[in-house]
Amino acid sequence: MAEVLVYVDHVDGAVRKPTLELLTLARRIGEPVAVALGSGAEATAATLAEHGAVKVLTADAPEFADYLVVPKVDALQAAYDAVSPAAVLVPSSAEGKEIAARLAVRIESGIITDAVDLEAGDEGPVATQSVFAAAFTTKSRISKGTPVITVKPNSAPVEAAPAAGAVEALSVSFSAQATGTKVTSRTPRESTGRPELTEAAIVVSGGRGVNGAENFAIIEGLADSLGAAVGASRAAVDAGWYPHSNQVGQTGKSVSPQLYIASGISGAIQHRAGMQTSKTIVAINKDAEAPIFDLVDYGVVGDLFEVVPQLTEEVKSRKG
Amino acid sequence: MSLRIVVCVKYVPDATGDRHFAEDLTVDRDDVDGLLSELDEYAVEQALQIKEAADDDAEITVLTVGPEDAKDALRKALSMGADKAVHVEDDDLHGTDVMGTSLVLAKAVEETGYDLVIAGMASTDGTMGVLPAILAERLGVPQVTLLSEVSVEGGAGGVVKGRRDGDTASEQLEASLPAVVSVTDQSGEARYPSFKGIMAAKKKPVQSLDLDDLDIDAETVGLEGAWTKVDSATERPARTAGTIVKDEGEGGKQLAEFLAGQKFI
Ligand SMILES: Cc1cc2nc3c(=O)[nH]c(=O)nc-3n(C[C@H](O)[C@H](O)[C@H](O)COP(=O)(O)OP(=O)(O)OC[C@H]3O[C@@H](n4cnc5c(N)ncnc54)[C@H](O)[C@@H]3O)c2cc1C
Ligand SMILES: Cc1cc2nc3c(=O)[nH]c(=O)nc-3n(C[C@H](O)[C@H](O)[C@H](O)COP(=O)(O)OP(=O)(O)OC[C@H]3O[C@@H](n4cnc5c(N)ncnc54)[C@H](O)[C@@H]3O)c2cc1C
Repeated sequence: MAEVLVYVDHVDGAVRKPTLELLTLARRIGEPVAVALGSGAEATAATLAEHGAVKVLTADAPEFADYLVVPKVDALQAAYDAVSPAAVLVPSSAEGKEIAARLAVRIESGIITDAVDLEAGDEGPVATQSVFAAAFTTKSRISKGTPVITVKPNSAPVEAAPAAGAVEALSVSFSAQATGTKVTSRTPRESTGRPELTEAAIVVSGGRGVNGAENFAIIEGLADSLGAAVGASRAAVDAGWYPHSNQVGQTGKSVSPQLYIASGISGAIQHRAGMQTSKTIVAINKDAEAPIFDLVDYGVVGDLFEVVPQLTEEVKSRKG
Repeated sequence: MSLRIVVCVKYVPDATGDRHFAEDLTVDRDDVDGLLSELDEYAVEQALQIKEAADDDAEITVLTVGPEDAKDALRKALSMGADKAVHVEDDDLHGTDVMGTSLVLAKAVEETGYDLVIAGMASTDGTMGVLPAILAERLGVPQVTLLSEVSVEGGAGGVVKGRRDGDTASEQLEASLPAVVSVTDQSGEARYPSFKGIMAAKKKPVQSLDLDDLDIDAETVGLEGAWTKVDSATERPARTAGTIVKDEGEGGKQLAEFLAGQKFI
C-alpha cells in the first residue's frame, strides 16, 4: 500500500489534535508515515502509533528552534526522499502552510491549502475547500507531482487505529538557506488553561458589544461553564480588550467547532470567514437586524449583559 | 546605494460583493468590483514607513500580476506614496495557480531589482497565505514572514528585523538583506491617500510586462499550466433559518434549554 507522509505538529512531544485528524485522513489514501521534528520528537511515537502511524521518522537539531521554517522544510524533504510517498499532509497552521508550500516548490508539485476534507480518488486525493468566507465549497486535486495538502483543524474525527509506529531516525543535511532567518528571542504564549481555540469543541466569542476589557469576564464565565475556548471579533481585539491570538476571522483564527456562541458580534463577512463552518451557531445581540442572525440555529435578541450571565448560571445549575 | 523595496499587491474582488466562480471555475473577476486587497495596504504602509525611517533613501516599486483592471490596485498604492509600479499582464495568465503566480512574481522581482520584497499576510480571495514563503524559496533569499512589527537597519546591505506572533510563541526574527517579508494587519493602520497623493500618482510611471518580457513559457502558467485542478465549485446551501427569540427576561434560560436539547449541556 502507498505511504502517506504526515507532518506532526507537537509541543515538546505532546501531539496536537489536528495531527491525529490528519492520520484519520491519511488512512483513507494509504499508510501513514509520520515525521516529527525538534525537541521531544521521539516522545510523539506512542500517540501516533495508537492513531495509525506505521512509522515515525524523527530528527532533532538546534536549527529547528533557532531558525525560521527552512530547517523543517529540509527535514520534510529528507523524509520525502526516503519514503517516496503518494501524498504529503500538513496541518494548516501558519507555519505548517509555509513548510508545505516550500516543499511543494522543491519537489515540483502542486499544493492545496486549507482543505476541510479529503477522499481517495481515481486521479489522486480529492480535497474539499471552503472558500469565499464559506459561501462556496470546491473540490480540487493536484495534477502535477506528489499531492501536498494542508488540512484545517476539526476536518476529521480522531480515530484509534493501532499500528506499529516504529521510530526511525531521519538524517537531515541542512541547506544553505536553513540559517537565513535567525530567531533571536522567543516568548512563549502564556497558557490560559482553556482549550486551544482552533481545536475546541465549543467556542464562546465576544465582540464590540462587550464594551470593555473588564466585561470579557462575562464571556470567560460562560466559556468556563461549558469548558469552551474564548474568541473575539477584530473590533474587540483592536480596542485592546482581548489578545489578538484569540481573534476569530479572516485575519485571526479559523474555527469549526461543534458549537459557536457569538455575543455582541454583528457578523461581518470577515468574521464569518473564520466561523461559518461551525456545526451549531448561536448568537446574542440586541439588534434584531444584525447579519449574524442569518447564520444562527438559535438566536436571542437582547442585552448580552442580561442574557449571558443568566445562561451561565443555568448551565452551571444544570451541570450540577 | 538606496534601498530598493518591491511591494507585491493583489487586485481582488470586493469581499462584501457577490463573489462567485465563472464557468471555467476560475474566480469571476468581471462581475464583481475589484480593489487593492485590504491586507496588502499594510504592506504598502510598512514600505512607506521603512522609507521614511531611511530619510527617504529608498525607492518603492509596487508590483502586481493580474488583469487590465489590476491597474486600479497599483494606482491606489501609488497614491498612498509608492514611487513606481510594474504590472505583469498577459492573457495566458488567466487561471494561474500559486505555483505559476509565484514563478511570475519571482521573475518580475528579479527584473525590477530588489533589496527587500514586502507582501501581505494573505490575499482576501485565495487566502492561501503561502506566496511570500514560496517567493523566498524561488529567489533563494531569507523568508521573514507574518510580521506584526518590522524595521530595516543599515540600508541596502543591512538587516531586516521583526516580530512574528505565532501559535505558541512570539518570536523576534532577523535576516540579512536581500529578503522577503510579509506583514500582518497588526503591523499598523494603513494611511489614506491624500488629495496630493492622488494627483501625484497620475504622473508616476507604470511599466507593463508580459510573459515574453519575463522569458516565461506560456505553457508553464495559466489554467492549462496549473499544477492544481478544481473539479467543482458549489454554492453552500443557505443555513436553514434558526429560531430567534426576543429576551423578555428568560432569554438566557431559553438558550440553555436549546443547548441542553442539543446535548451541549
Ligand atoms: C481585511 C479585513 C480583515 C478583517 N479580519 C477580521 C477578522 O479576522 N475577524 C473579525 O472579527 N473581523 C475582521 N474584520 C473586521 C470586520 O469587518 C468587522 O469590522 C468586525 O468583525 C466587527 O466586529 P464586531 O461584530 O464585534 O463589531 P460591530 O460590527 O460594531 O458589532 C457589534 C455588535 O454588538 C451588538 N451589541 C452592542 N451592544 C450590545 C449588548 N449590550 N448586547 C448585545 N449586543 C450588543 C450590536 O448590535 C452589534 O451588532 C476585518 C476587516 C477587514 C477589512
Ligand atoms: C478561493 C481560492 C482558492 C485557491 N486555492 C488554491 C490552492 O489551493 N492552490 C493553488 O495553487 N492555488 C489556489 N488558488 C489560486 C491562487 O489564489 C492564486 O494563484 C494567487 O495568485 C496566489 O494565491 P493567494 O492569492 O492565495 O496568495 P497568498 O499567499 O494568500 O498571498 C500573500 C501575498 O502575496 C502577494 N500576492 C499574491 N498574489 C499576488 C499577485 N497576483 N500579484 C502580486 N502579489 C500577489 C500579496 O502581497 C499577498 O498579500 C485559489 C484561488 C482562490 C480564489
